[in-house]
Amino acid sequence: MDVLRIEGLRKSFGPVEVLKGIDLTVKKGETVVLLGSSGSGKSTLLRCVNFLETPDGGTITHNGVTIGRKSHNKTIYTPSELKAVRSQVGMVFQQFNLFPHLTVEGNVMLGLTRVRKMSQNAARKRALECLDRVGLADKAQAYPLSLSGGQQQRVAIARAVAMQPSMVLFDEPTSALDPELVGEVLNAMRQLAEDGTTMIIVTHELGFAYNVANCVVFLHEGRVHEKGAPHEVLVNPKTERMREFLASHTLFRIPEQVAAE
Amino acid sequence: MGSAMNYIWDFSAVWRNGGMLLDGFANTALLTATCLVLALPLGLLLALMRLSNARPLRFLGLAYVNFFRAAPALVLIVWFYFAFPVIIGVEMNAFEASILAIGLQSAAYMAEVFRGGMQAIRRGQWEAARAIGLSSADTIRFVILPQAVRQMIPVFLIRFAELVKATTLAGVIAYGETVYMANELSTQTYRPLETFTAIALLFFVLIFGITSFSKLLEKRLIAGR
Repeated sequence: MDVLRIEGLRKSFGPVEVLKGIDLTVKKGETVVLLGSSGSGKSTLLRCVNFLETPDGGTITHNGVTIGRKSHNKTIYTPSELKAVRSQVGMVFQQFNLFPHLTVEGNVMLGLTRVRKMSQNAARKRALECLDRVGLADKAQAYPLSLSGGQQQRVAIARAVAMQPSMVLFDEPTSALDPELVGEVLNAMRQLAEDGTTMIIVTHELGFAYNVANCVVFLHEGRVHEKGAPHEVLVNPKTERMREFLASHTLFRIPEQVAAE
Repeated sequence: MGSAMNYIWDFSAVWRNGGMLLDGFANTALLTATCLVLALPLGLLLALMRLSNARPLRFLGLAYVNFFRAAPALVLIVWFYFAFPVIIGVEMNAFEASILAIGLQSAAYMAEVFRGGMQAIRRGQWEAARAIGLSSADTIRFVILPQAVRQMIPVFLIRFAELVKATTLAGVIAYGETVYMANELSTQTYRPLETFTAIALLFFVLIFGITSFSKLLEKRLIAGR
């Protein structure tokens, strides 16, 4: 079954139409990478999936359930419906957004106790398992601000995964990190992908997209401009825009790797 | 000039009747504490109304805050004491009228402290809380307020100091707080200069103590960030 189906999604900020009718389907276990230059609408698209932004048009269907109720020409979303969607969709932010007043363990446990209504003990057990998956079980009692950026982002990943969501969204998860810390976060994400987690990732890490993604979607001016398997789209782009985009990412060296193989 | 030089300060009357001033001080403390018990929860409620998505709630919160911030405390006290009983037919003693006037006004000030503190929390915190499916109430209770209150404590202390001073206005409707008692004492002893000097010092020590503590906390909190 499709974990996510987006049809005709539109979103404007004031007079600026950021998304001009997006169609996208994500299957269970898939890793989809969204690419695009800044302003192409990729973050907005991601934030519409869990309704941090309210769409202006189109439909979003999670696990077969279309969200919102049509009333005249508007769609109405109830708070409880959105809460249910958000508890089923994990999100990892560029700025980590950990809760600084809670311990690492407390960060992971909050959603489990308040949203999943788990007991303290069960929540703690789950939190430690998830922290262990990202290699941070020994930091359970630390406070977020005492950790490196890479560690904080891995805690954020644990916090999202602990809810056992049907899908995890990543909004430029490595863009705020020092270069030497990017690898540990990408490794944790690759591990999730290999474990079969459904993921949508906005990133500029083309190497990661090439190696881990099942599908690469290139957005341009609010539309899906090009889409396909990474070894096709990233190596033999069909459109001029996509070629320009790849050329502007000078650190991307996949064609050479391909040549070496 | 000669007469000013010849004035002989004599605090003995103040010392002898110190009990009266102390009673006044106790009444000031009681009024302050009661007003605070009213103003803090009401202030939080008003702040939540002002941050609410529901337009009528936002409007009510804003109207309340604007009204009570604009009204002079003295006018409110007199109004609650004399006009309120006429309008709704409920008799109030000086203490009750003072609680309403000063407490309700203080709630407006506290609301702005709460609102400012919560709005100062980065948007990412609200989003992260929403993204894990927390309700609005849980977001505020477990994520926003614990962070905001920490930052708000110094401002709260300043507001507290202002509240202590505001309670002295209750004397105009004969509530026996410090200044009212001082006035009584000075008419009995013909020593107004000494009496008011004594309570000026008392208030200075108290208010200066509170604001200094607030500054100290503020430094600590900034250092601890």
